[in-house]
Amino acid sequence: MNTVVIGVIGADVHAVGNKIIDHVLREHGFEVVNIGVLSSQEDFINAAIETDAKAILVSSLYGHGELDCKFMKDNMIEAGLNHVKLYVGGNIVVGKQDFKDVESRFKKMGFDRVYPPGTDIENAIKDIKEDLNIS
Amino acid sequence: MSIHLLVDFGSTYTKLTAVDIKKECIVGTSRAMTTVKSDVLEGFNLALEKLRNAHPEMGDIEAISACSSAAGGLKMAAIGLVEELTAEAAKRACLGAGALVEHVYSHQLSKKEIKQLKSANIDIILLAGGTDGGNKETIIHNAKKLADAKLDVPIIVAGNKAASDKVDDIFSDAGCEYYIVDNVMPKLKKLNVDDAKNVIRKIFITKIIEAKGIKKAEEQTGEIIMPTPESVLKASTLLAKGYEDEEGFGELMVIDIGGATTDVHTIGEGVPKRTEVILKGLEEPFAKRTVEGDLGMRYSANALVSLVSPYEFKKYYDYQDKDPSKEDYIEDSVKKRLENVDYLPDTDQERAFDKALARICCDYSMSRHVGSVEVVYTPLGNMYYQTGKDLTEIKYVIGTGGVLINSPDAKQILKEVNKKSNKKLELRPDDPTILIDEKYILAAMGLLSQKHPKLALKLMKRHLK
Repeated sequence: MNTVVIGVIGADVHAVGNKIIDHVLREHGFEVVNIGVLSSQEDFINAAIETDAKAILVSSLYGHGELDCKFMKDNMIEAGLNHVKLYVGGNIVVGKQDFKDVESRFKKMGFDRVYPPGTDIENAIKDIKEDLNIS
Repeated sequence: MSIHLLVDFGSTYTKLTAVDIKKECIVGTSRAMTTVKSDVLEGFNLALEKLRNAHPEMGDIEAISACSSAAGGLKMAAIGLVEELTAEAAKRACLGAGALVEHVYSHQLSKKEIKQLKSANIDIILLAGGTDGGNKETIIHNAKKLADAKLDVPIIVAGNKAASDKVDDIFSDAGCEYYIVDNVMPKLKKLNVDDAKNVIRKIFITKIIEAKGIKKAEEQTGEIIMPTPESVLKASTLLAKGYEDEEGFGELMVIDIGGATTDVHTIGEGVPKRTEVILKGLEEPFAKRTVEGDLGMRYSANALVSLVSPYEFKKYYDYQDKDPSKEDYIEDSVKKRLENVDYLPDTDQERAFDKALARICCDYSMSRHVGSVEVVYTPLGNMYYQTGKDLTEIKYVIGTGGVLINSPDAKQILKEVNKKSNKKLELRPDDPTILIDEKYILAAMGLLSQKHPKLALKLMKRHLK
């Protein structure tokens, strides 16, 4: 089963994008475990353990994503989830910054893919399918 | 007269309640010491004799139903994957079936844990782990460990459906007694405990009763149909929901303070009452039971007082003219209760001490049972996480168990459940109406409700005061 965990991290209550991602992923045949808004790293990790998820998709729209995502990959490794792909997208940093910088910072934090504001979800799905070897 | 006799084989007392089905009334109640060690029927017959002597007009007994918590009740171990998810779901299935959960294990079982299980004298093991289609590795690992351990204990498998065939093979090859049932958490945070609960009850009726020497009672009482706590939970649910045109009380809570444990049952959704509150964690059961093994009036008195400092204890203890120089009165009083678990307080000071213990049971069990909120500061203003049940709008709190039934201060003790200024984040009842199970009939009414739900409901409404 191609299970992915999605949710909005931190003290962020932006629910609309989350619903769209949920909908489109399901249309593409993914088993979606949506943990919703106001989710902690621990919520993502616990959900991924129980459901044997192949990827975690973190959304953040309120600018504090960088703080919320700190050490997330390390925590996943601690929880035995080093094989699980980790993605992040949205307005993930404070203010307008050069995306190249942002991307490299998040990659250093262990994220497999980083998406700038306004990314079309269809593009991200192409990447996910490629990463998970789904034809 | 058509008498339905309801029997509760308790850990200390065997309690009888005779109900006249036609006249729709309780004829009488009686009790005698439970005699599991010699012959459980001795205590039963003695209680029946007492009942007949007190009510010579009582006619033939047409039907008998019994429940039991004797010989240590039903002891279970719950095993899951993530502590807050499948391990918690497994634990709730056990509690809902009326069991005492001695051990809860998460992730892969270790040798140390298997050793602990072997020596723990467990009656049934509930093995969960993984949502349906989710993690298989852990439950398969744990099944192998349990099979290798050759425990002579029935195992209920209630985990990932995708792993159940493999687990089936492991246990059947090892010759274990096992039952495969629906996953306790088929989807993330979705609780599904009914199937597991039914099998727990089935094993309890067919096996556990026999192992504990209570089976013999069935010669006279007919089948012992459930563990006593489950019976109380059934009575509470009926009382809350109502039956046909007989209205129930609505959302309510039952607190049972016993010698060894304090049980709290709540019947109600417990969903957030405000829009800015977001619910976190595993789904809560509509009828929820928690058991506190360290909160009890006698067997657990030691553990109980160790929870509070002597300074805090004084807040619960309202005996005025105690000798301030005698600082070890707590220790002495606890010792007295541990050495003699049948002890009934005989002085004002001892009565006050029991009252203090009961108030602590009540206060602490409430803190652990109710949900709580946590503030999150978001750019859109304050939001709140709620974990567990919001019980602020519970209308009735019903007290049962020896200390509450026999204490003149029962209602005052139960006031401890109320919202507290120093525990603001706990979602405790605001100001519920307090009732006492004066005739000690709740467990009996749970039994009666299996055949006569409407009558059981009417009797509870009449006798809870």
